[in-house]
Amino acid sequence: MASWDELPLKYRISIRAYRWRTIADTPWATLRVPLGRARVALVTSAGLYRPGVDADFGTREGEVISARYLPSDTPVTALAIGQTSDAFDRADLLKDKNLALPLDRLYELAADGTIGEVAPRAVSFNGSMVAPGRFLKETAPGIVDALLADEVDAALFVPV
Amino acid sequence: MRSVAVTLRAPRMLAVPFPFGRALGAPGDADGQRHVLRALLSMLDAPGPGPLLHDYVPR
Repeated sequence: MASWDELPLKYRISIRAYRWRTIADTPWATLRVPLGRARVALVTSAGLYRPGVDADFGTREGEVISARYLPSDTPVTALAIGQTSDAFDRADLLKDKNLALPLDRLYELAADGTIGEVAPRAVSFNGSMVAPGRFLKETAPGIVDALLADEVDAALFVPV
Repeated sequence: MRSVAVTLRAPRMLAVPFPFGRALGAPGDADGQRHVLRALLSMLDAPGPGPLLHDYVPR
């Protein structure tokens, strides 16, 4: 995993002092179908969006906590990065958006039978937020509803 | 970061040895990215209950 040493000093200090939320009772679910028949969705916190189609994610000062629902046939090369954190180097993500939203890879795994199919939509939000409570209350339920509406069997979250 | 993952207690988590912003590995490395996804997907068949935190073993 990424390590503390990679972060600028200001983030090392603030993250160590941050009061992380924790899941008291970790939910557990198993696949209802074999993986080779499962519909799999991707969720990313990279704040990826379609310029000219989706609203962007604002600035760190005026953060947007809503999610973007990206049709899974969207070329990843057409996506822009709306993550407002400056704590990581964007250079590699700019070269290959699959590092945050591996849609191309997931389609390849569907083609070789590893999974059944790619869900029709991927979910994207800006993981750099100072108000996660609002996100959990106002945004997360909508994401769950969308995944259920798409009859997703499993969702893979790529944190950025 | 491992300490954050342990705190958050999500059902299934895969610890990868890559820098921030590169959860799937290196840009353009399709084989490597698929390998990471396969490792993550394999956790769907791992016995519970969670939280499960597995270490990714690169190829």
